[in-house]
Formats: sequence, structure tokens, C-alpha cells
Amino acid sequence: MGGTKMDVNTAVSSGKMTPMRIALYTLMGVALVAMPIFFEGFGMLFMTRILALVGLYVMLALGLNIVVGYAGLLDLGYIAFYAIGAYAGVIVGSAVFKSMPGLGPWTYFLMIPVAAAFAALTGLALGTPVLRLRGDYLAIVTLGFGEIVRIIINNNAFNITNGAAGLPRAGVFLPKPLGLEWLQNNAFFAIPGMGANGFNFSFSSNVYWYYIIVLLCVLTIFVVQRLDDSRLGRSWAAMREDEVAASSMGVNIMQAKLWAFSLGAVWGGIAGLTFANFQQFVSPESFTFMESVFVVCAVVIGGMGSIPGAIIGALLIQGTPEIIRGFAASGIIPLKGEQVSAISNYRNLVFGLVMVMMMAWRPQGILPSKRRASELRPDTDEMGDEESETLYDAQHDTGQPGE
Amino acid sequence: MLVNLIIAQLVNGLTLGGMYALIALGYTLVYGILLMINFAHSELFMSGAFVGLGVMTLLTSSKVIGRFPWLSWLAPAQQFFTSSGVGVICMLAIVFLVSMVVVGIMGVTIERLAYRPLRHAPRLAPLISAVGVSIFLQNAVLLWISSSQVPFPNPLGNKMAFSVAGVDVSVLKVVIIVTAITLMIALDTYVSRSRMGKAMRATSQDREAAGLMGIDINRSIMLAFFIGPALASVAGIFSGMYYGSIVFYMGFLPGMKAFTAAVIGGIGNLRGAMLGGFVLGMVESLASGFISTGYKDVIAFGILILVLIFRPGGLLGESVVEKV
Repeated sequence: MGGTKMDVNTAVSSGKMTPMRIALYTLMGVALVAMPIFFEGFGMLFMTRILALVGLYVMLALGLNIVVGYAGLLDLGYIAFYAIGAYAGVIVGSAVFKSMPGLGPWTYFLMIPVAAAFAALTGLALGTPVLRLRGDYLAIVTLGFGEIVRIIINNNAFNITNGAAGLPRAGVFLPKPLGLEWLQNNAFFAIPGMGANGFNFSFSSNVYWYYIIVLLCVLTIFVVQRLDDSRLGRSWAAMREDEVAASSMGVNIMQAKLWAFSLGAVWGGIAGLTFANFQQFVSPESFTFMESVFVVCAVVIGGMGSIPGAIIGALLIQGTPEIIRGFAASGIIPLKGEQVSAISNYRNLVFGLVMVMMMAWRPQGILPSKRRASELRPDTDEMGDEESETLYDAQHDTGQPGE
Repeated sequence: MLVNLIIAQLVNGLTLGGMYALIALGYTLVYGILLMINFAHSELFMSGAFVGLGVMTLLTSSKVIGRFPWLSWLAPAQQFFTSSGVGVICMLAIVFLVSMVVVGIMGVTIERLAYRPLRHAPRLAPLISAVGVSIFLQNAVLLWISSSQVPFPNPLGNKMAFSVAGVDVSVLKVVIIVTAITLMIALDTYVSRSRMGKAMRATSQDREAAGLMGIDINRSIMLAFFIGPALASVAGIFSGMYYGSIVFYMGFLPGMKAFTAAVIGGIGNLRGAMLGGFVLGMVESLASGFISTGYKDVIAFGILILVLIFRPGGLLGESVVEKV
């Protein structure tokens, strides 16, 4: 019984572990581990930082993808969860560290569940009253919610958020996470003969956070993939495609929406906490409406409901302009100052245009999930094909349990 | 004292409410016909302010002629527009008319390019497209016009019209309130009496049936996308004159609040949007007078969320039936 169910699930998910795939994943894994060593060694320190920031965006995009891509609810205030995770983590973390200084190195890791819980609870608190709202109303309410959170933080509510000046307050520092101190003192090496200036690697805090963020991204991808394949994921798909039909087939719409909201929020919260610790600082400026829009952009451009899509989207939205700016600033690619600022200025203009054109010509995104693509392009016949294919795979696979 | 404060805030509320109502009408017109939230509407309000400023500068500033000598034929007109009270009124009338037409055409163009191709797409698609248009317009103004606050002249000056219970009411406030109400009555009459208004109402009731009855649906939709932005541009110019400066992101908050106003009144309902605008303007100025200016935006958003949850149909709207 359990085995049969598993097999149906694997058939529904994107594919099997072919040797090609294993090789590809290994290559990607090696590249992810090696990149910061390479960049730090050759003195491109900015790249590790940018990659870490892109990683945070990947987490955000994957989290929002649960809400927008899987459940089909447009959330324009997602950045609020990022803010709540960051602030909850820093405020609670500082309090814990103050009362138990011995916990110092563990504070960040202990705060992960705290930030996740705060974000999930806010997700529930937002989700419960707005469940009955239709798509576009929901978008507006979430937008209003995101703004309310930012304004409350900005107004130094209850005297704990320190208003526009941000946290931690002057003179207070977030404790260094486990192992960072040791790595900074011990993990470095140099290869004199390599490159023009030699190869000098030292384990900076950027490298540390890069690896933490990569691990968190891998965790996110794993969980999100499992969610997509789960019973809950299938009820999201059903709900997204036709709420009334799904409801009459026994999908609990209320429950499915609440799960989507809080599970999406969790990743925003964890990313926020990590952002705060990585930057050593949070202020309400980081959580404007435009940031929410960028995350939505990443999901839409990459392809709603698709994990590789969310990653590509985050890389394009957050990574490309930063990487160009970083390379130009360090003189690796010859660009003048005004050209660099033109690139970052035109970024938003181009994104706006891309969103419009994307909806007209390729609403399914760059790397769409197959199922979502057929929903967004109802005129093509893919839906029917995919349905029968899934059915075939499911029947085919039940014959070979344990594959 | 308290009475003075209340009256002063009520007058501010009416002024603010008039502007909100003018913007809200655009949301409600488009929503009534297409069932979509025109996210770019707040940017059309902003564009209206910028177009208005441009026309006003052209009509009044001698620097323009100094910089562009080929415009020297404008000099006598500028003389007329700046010298007398009649001239100022004529100038403002031209500013408003040009801005309404330009922004109205912008609205129709946006509909044609960004929304019409998506008319049969899932509901999320036009919404995302609208967010894209909004980002594009904001950044176009930021890049090509100005990235900071631009001063906006008030040709009416700081003259006081009359005073109520010791509270002075400026000419500008009276003009804003009177113009807003006049435009609303005109729109209401047009939609309920004229042939085109009838066509618009039919289209909003049932698009397909209206099409079968020989109504040009696209014309109705284009008209909604012309009138809404035209009214928003009036609000944009008033907002510039009222606050004294305009900036590329000025549309966001008034846009959100006008949407709130449209929802309070019952989205899709024209009279509801007018009522909602005034209600929200009053609530907001009373709240900022008596509670806290820092939280006045939170109060507006809070009202939006509460109305959507407890009375999604709004004050005057019929309950929205989800179509299967």
C-alpha cells in the first residue's frame, strides 16, 4: 500500500535518477563548493558576497513559489515574512544571548526555528482572515499587509525595532556563529605560482555564510520538491486549477491555503534571519514593496511552480546586475562608472517591461513546470498529453515497486 | 479648540477625499468592466501630475522660451496666463484638459498593449502584467524626468476663500472639492444617461451578451481606460498643487488608498467609489489629527483589510458572486 503510493508520487515528480542527472548534480555540487574558494583565492571577494545574496533570493523565490506557483495565490507582501524572520531572530536572539552568553555561537542556529515559527504564525494570522478573498483582492491585501509590517517596524513599535535606524543598536553586535572564529583563524592557504597575484584563500565570514546559505537552499529545494509531490502538493494543484472542482472532490481548501501561506512564510523567515546575521544589520529599508515585487518577478520570469525556474529567476533578478557591477567595480571588465550605474538604473525599467512581455508571450516562464505551462497556455494540447503520460507512468511503475 | 481641529481636519478630509474619489473612479470603472485591478492606475495619477507640470511650465515659465527660442511665439500667451485672474483660470483649464487627454491616451495604450492580449488568460496574468506596467512607468519617470522631488507651483497662491468657525479654508481646497464633485456628477450623468454610458453598463453586466446585442465591447473598454486615467490625472495635478512637489513614486500610496476607497464603496460601483473616497479621506485626516500621523497609512490599509474581510461587497456594492 505505502509502496504503491510512493511510486505514484515519484512518477508525478519531474524524473528518475538517470546517470546523466547524477553526473549533472555532482558537477553542480562541486561547482557550488569550489566557487567561493576560487573567487576568494583570486581576490574577487565581492563574488562570494553576491552569490550568498543570490542564494537568499533563491530561498525567497522558492518560498514564494509555494504560494504563487503551487497554490496559485498571488502574494505581493511576501517580503514581510523576510522582515519578520530577520527582526524576530535578531530581537529574540539578542535577548537569549544577553541572558545566556554561553550560547553565543549557537544563537543563529537556535534562532532558525524561532524565525521560522514567527514567520509561519504570521502567515497563519494573515492567511486565516483573507482565505475567502479572490486572487486579485488577495494580492492587494497581502500588499497592504507587507506595507503595514514595514511601517510598524519603521515607527519603532513598542520601542523594540529601533525604527529607521535598524538593529542591532549601535554598540551591540550579533554573536559570531559556531565555528566561524576557528575557521577564520585556521582555514587559509596560499599557492604562490598561480595567477598574477598568486592564490590566497582565507576563510572569511562571507565564505561561511555562503556555505550556510547553500546548505539552506539545498534543504529548501529538497523540502519544496517533497511538498510538490505530496498529497498537499496535489491538492494545491487541484485548488489552483479549479477551486470549486477541487473542493467538491474533497480537497479542504481552507487547510490547503493556510498550509501554503505558512509553509511559504517559513522560508522567508529563515532567509530573513540569515540575511540579518550575514549583514550583521537589519533596517526597514530592505523590506519595501519593490523587494516583494522582485521576488514575484523572480518566480514569474523563472517559471511559476518550477524549482529550477525559481533558481534561474533569482539569479537573473538579483545576480546579473550585481555581478556586472561587482566585476566593473573591481576593474575586471572595463566599464565606466556611469555605464555601471546605468545598468542598475535600467534594471527595474527592464524588469517591468519583461513582466509585461512575459505575460503576453511566455506566461509560463523560462523554465516552466510542465503542468503549470499547460495551465497558462490552455490553447496548446499539452495538458491532455501530460495527463495520459502520468497515468501511464503510474501504472507502469506500480509493477516495479522499490524503483 | 477641539471644534476648530475637527473642522480643520474635516476640510482636509474632504480635499483628500475628493482626490481619492477621482482616482478610485478609475479603479472601479475598469474593475466593473474587466474584473481586473488596474495596478498601473496609480502610475497614471503620477504621470498626470508630471504632464500637468510640463504643460504648466510651458504656459507660464519664461525660462522655457529662454532655453528654446523657437517657442518665442508663446510669450504673449504666457503674459496673459500669468497676469490676471482670468488668465490663471484659462491656463489651469488648458493644463487640466491637455493632461487628461494625454494620460487618457496613455491609459488606452496600456490597455491595448498590456491587457488586451491577456483577456482570456488566467486572472493572475493581467495582474502581473499590470504590476510590470507600473514598475516600468515609475522607472521611466525616474530615469528620464527626475529621480527626486520636483517643486510644483500653485498658481492659486495661498489665498483664503472663507473661514468657518475660525478655520481658514484656502481657495485651492475649495477648487479641489468643487472640481472633484463636478467631475463626479458629470461622469455619473454620462454613464447613466448617454448612449455610450449605457453601452458601458451593458458591457460590465455581461460582456458576451452585450457583444451579441451589437455593442462594441472594445470601445466600451477603451472608454473606461480613457475616462479613469483622465480623472486620475486631474487628481495628480491637484495633488501636486496641494503638496507643492511631485516625485516618481508619488502614486503608490494614493493609489492604494484610492483602491481602498473603491473597495469601501463597493468595487464596480461608481457612486460607491465617490462615497468611499470621501469616507477614507475623512477617516484618514481625523486619524492623523487625533491618533498619530505615523500610523495614518496603517489605518488606511487596516480599513482595507477589514472591509475586504467583513464586507467584501463594500458599503453600496451588491455581494460579489463567484462565477464558476
